Amino acid sequence: MTAPHPIAQSTTDLEGGSAPGTDRRRFLGYVVAGATLITAADLALGTSDAQSVVTPPQPAELYDLNDLLTHAALATSNLIAIQLHDDGTASFALPRMEVGQGITTSTAMIIAEELDIDVAKVHVSLADARPELLFNQLTGGSNTTISTFTPIRVAAAIAKGALLDAAARLLGDNLDQVRVKGEGIIEGLTGSISYAELAREAASETTRQVGVLLKRPEQFTVIGTPHTRVDARAAVTGQKQFAMDLEVPGALPTMICRAPTLNGTPVALRNRDAVLTMPGVTHVAEVPTGYAVRAETFGQCIDAVRAMDVEWQDGPLVQQSDGDVRGHLRAAQLPFVVPPIGRTVEHEFTFWFRGNSALEPNCAVADVRSDSAEIWAGLKSPVVAQEQIAATLGLPIDRVRVHVVQGGGSFGRKLFFDAALEAAQVSRAMGAPVKLMWHRADDARQGRTHPMVVSKVRASYSGKQVNTFEQRNCSVRTDFTHGLGEIITRFAAQLPVAGNYAFAQTIYLLTQELGYNFGVVDQLLNEVDLPFNTGSMRNIYSPDTRCAAELTVDDLANRMGEDPYEFRLRTARSPRTRAVLEAVAEAAQWGRSMPAGTAQGIAIHKEYKGVTACVVEIDCRPETVGRRIRNAVTGPRVTRATFAVDAGLVINPRGLEAQMQGGVMDGIALALTSSLHFRRGRFLEASWDNYFYTRHWNAPPEMEVVVVDNGVTQPGGAGEAGVAASFAAVACAYWRAVGGPMPTSFPINHQALAFEPKPFVPPVPASPTDGRNHMY
Amino acid sequence: MPTHTFLVNGRRVQVESDPDVRLLWILRDRLGITGPKYGCGINVCKACTSHLNGRAFNPCAVRVADLGPDDEVTTIEGLPAAPDAGGAEDPDLHPMQEAWIAQDVAQCGYCQPGQIMAAVATVRAARREGREVTDADIDAIRNICRCGTYFRIREAIKEGARRM
Ligand code: FES
Ligand code: FES
Repeated sequence: MTAPHPIAQSTTDLEGGSAPGTDRRRFLGYVVAGATLITAADLALGTSDAQSVVTPPQPAELYDLNDLLTHAALATSNLIAIQLHDDGTASFALPRMEVGQGITTSTAMIIAEELDIDVAKVHVSLADARPELLFNQLTGGSNTTISTFTPIRVAAAIAKGALLDAAARLLGDNLDQVRVKGEGIIEGLTGSISYAELAREAASETTRQVGVLLKRPEQFTVIGTPHTRVDARAAVTGQKQFAMDLEVPGALPTMICRAPTLNGTPVALRNRDAVLTMPGVTHVAEVPTGYAVRAETFGQCIDAVRAMDVEWQDGPLVQQSDGDVRGHLRAAQLPFVVPPIGRTVEHEFTFWFRGNSALEPNCAVADVRSDSAEIWAGLKSPVVAQEQIAATLGLPIDRVRVHVVQGGGSFGRKLFFDAALEAAQVSRAMGAPVKLMWHRADDARQGRTHPMVVSKVRASYSGKQVNTFEQRNCSVRTDFTHGLGEIITRFAAQLPVAGNYAFAQTIYLLTQELGYNFGVVDQLLNEVDLPFNTGSMRNIYSPDTRCAAELTVDDLANRMGEDPYEFRLRTARSPRTRAVLEAVAEAAQWGRSMPAGTAQGIAIHKEYKGVTACVVEIDCRPETVGRRIRNAVTGPRVTRATFAVDAGLVINPRGLEAQMQGGVMDGIALALTSSLHFRRGRFLEASWDNYFYTRHWNAPPEMEVVVVDNGVTQPGGAGEAGVAASFAAVACAYWRAVGGPMPTSFPINHQALAFEPKPFVPPVPASPTDGRNHMY
Repeated sequence: MPTHTFLVNGRRVQVESDPDVRLLWILRDRLGITGPKYGCGINVCKACTSHLNGRAFNPCAVRVADLGPDDEVTTIEGLPAAPDAGGAEDPDLHPMQEAWIAQDVAQCGYCQPGQIMAAVATVRAARREGREVTDADIDAIRNICRCGTYFRIREAIKEGARRM
């Protein structure tokens, strides 16, 4: 039963294999025993072998973070399966998490392509934690499509082969006489038969290995065609369910009263009895992060949290403010080592703390019993969450079921499972199921932050040639303990980079690639270990690193008397970079005349096996900067954004465009408006009117995304690719518009506090009652 | 505990509740209507935006006791039955929801029920002034989208308004 499965392509294809320069298309997979047709492939399929690039000056160019994440899967290979149902639909449980980046849609498209079925007939759900997958169930580094593209195609193509087989048998035709007509119908010489009718016929009683040949890219009809998200209707009708929308029996609303200082700890609750008698309240319990209260509604939880009279132990950073942290970072900065040749430019940049809160706050549902536990949450590293929750509860791993729920955004937050772990602790302490949610104020003040960074750049040049370019990033330690770190532990020794890099250093080197022919290039990271709750935000180190580098590139261009675009085009290292630069410049009308106080800015970034370039136009004229909107930060406005992206093989251009648009909004926020302020051990922000993420009034009214096809046949990453070049382009445009010294502190409005901080005790604000006065 | 009576999506409801509980929690935790989302609880993020007697409001900032028996609450679930939904091709959708799908606006989708309810109310407010919705009106919408879908929202509002 292990003979290669006959397939319905021509013999030339079977014998000829792949033409030089195209991807391998022949793979092995499985038909799995089942009542209806089930096919599967090894999740580690399609990972390229060691690459043969010979002269890489920077590690990221040779072997980037995505290669690491993809190769990490090899040792833990396991099967992912597609099932065909007797209603003609196919289903697949994706071992990744959807947080808005569109992978349920692109995965459905990939399956539809190889299975020759309508995208609407493919149902993609999110797999529960599968401990056997180990590190192969981590959603991060924009790696989902890069790592799952081939195995999903293989499983789908095997399914189609088995359907053709069964159709030929039933119709009494030879295999080469049947073909898929489309719409899930197979036709032969004598008649036709549907996938629905074949689902049981094609089923196998045993599991067997079969070979398959994938479609050639020229044959694609779904991949590369714009497709609306598969959950678009559910999202606009309110039917899409997030963790807090689930109805888990007995799981009542639960919140935690948290300390006024960062990571402060509970000492005593002085009025427990009084709190227990408040309306709706059912339970109160102490957990390591504070006092939890469970009630009939979240509104009553908020009231109870506000009523709690608590004695706290201050957190460890109570003597520190962000200015002090900057001092620590400066002191720990690694020295430059490359001797400058010619004239030198040197700049130091500060990137203040930023919040990576999603709009959906940290939340999770937990039902912990004496001998088992069940968790529902938005989790990008569910296996690590499952292991840690099991260890905390003292339960065997297989007694903890972890369900992955679609997330209301992530931006790095959902790599961690703070709320899931807390919910498990609370449920255990109360002996009742809980629906735990962080208040927005908790999310901003005690949640994770993107670490603060001081970045130094030194470059030297003579004539029109840049001879050296060095960058030193010193950052508050980034927490990688969500699993990414463990992947590195396992695989760091196998990396083709020399030396014993720390994990973070490894990530840094694997993600950074300057992209210009600047002679000797040397970029290094150092970290200071301070007890902040950190987590990398969308695009990890790149936005800050690129902003500092690209402003310096503009400085070099100025000094050489060159146009920022022409200078970049002349010094770009790769044809792919030149292509996106030319595309963005043309679409944005680079160099068009602009009124005083307004300007264009341009920047590039290369990561996730792709290349991006961004041009923005910014308006810094007083009438724009000073425009007034209640409780809002207005300031300079990006009036037009043009973004060019070469993301390799594009599955869904519509989704790619959406991700780039979102990335631009992040870039605008990072450059102009969004940061956290840390004062004497407390983050001051407690609301979206304190933390100024881009709002409608900051968003560019004109925007265009240009997808550049450079003939690459493997997909790149999309979810994070839009941020770095946008941030840098806004910073460059701002400098060109206002002139004077280079801006070096980001966001540019950080120094002036634009709001009145809310009280710290009680930790959450009261809900207003005057909503009827603000109707429109 | 007092009983509170009002209309939700065309249905008369009676809820026994402590009078201070904000309507958002009555809808979500008591009535199981989860289209309106929590994002702040202090009338800032606008994720909970719904309509009260046809106008946008934020149920996280209204006590259940402040609703009367004739007050009509519409959440995203009830929008397709609104009087200005007639221009939709699909009777189970409001034209603004159709425009949202046509523009493929949603990313994570968490903010989108609130964005759509705000969009419809913004178009209605402009029409009450005898004009069409403008870019300046859209600039003033306070609903946050942390996924940054603002550009497609802008396009969708204009398209939805044409069909409203
Ligand atoms: S939850 Fe109502 S405005 Fe934020
Ligand atoms: S779509 Fe995610 S917050 Fe708006």
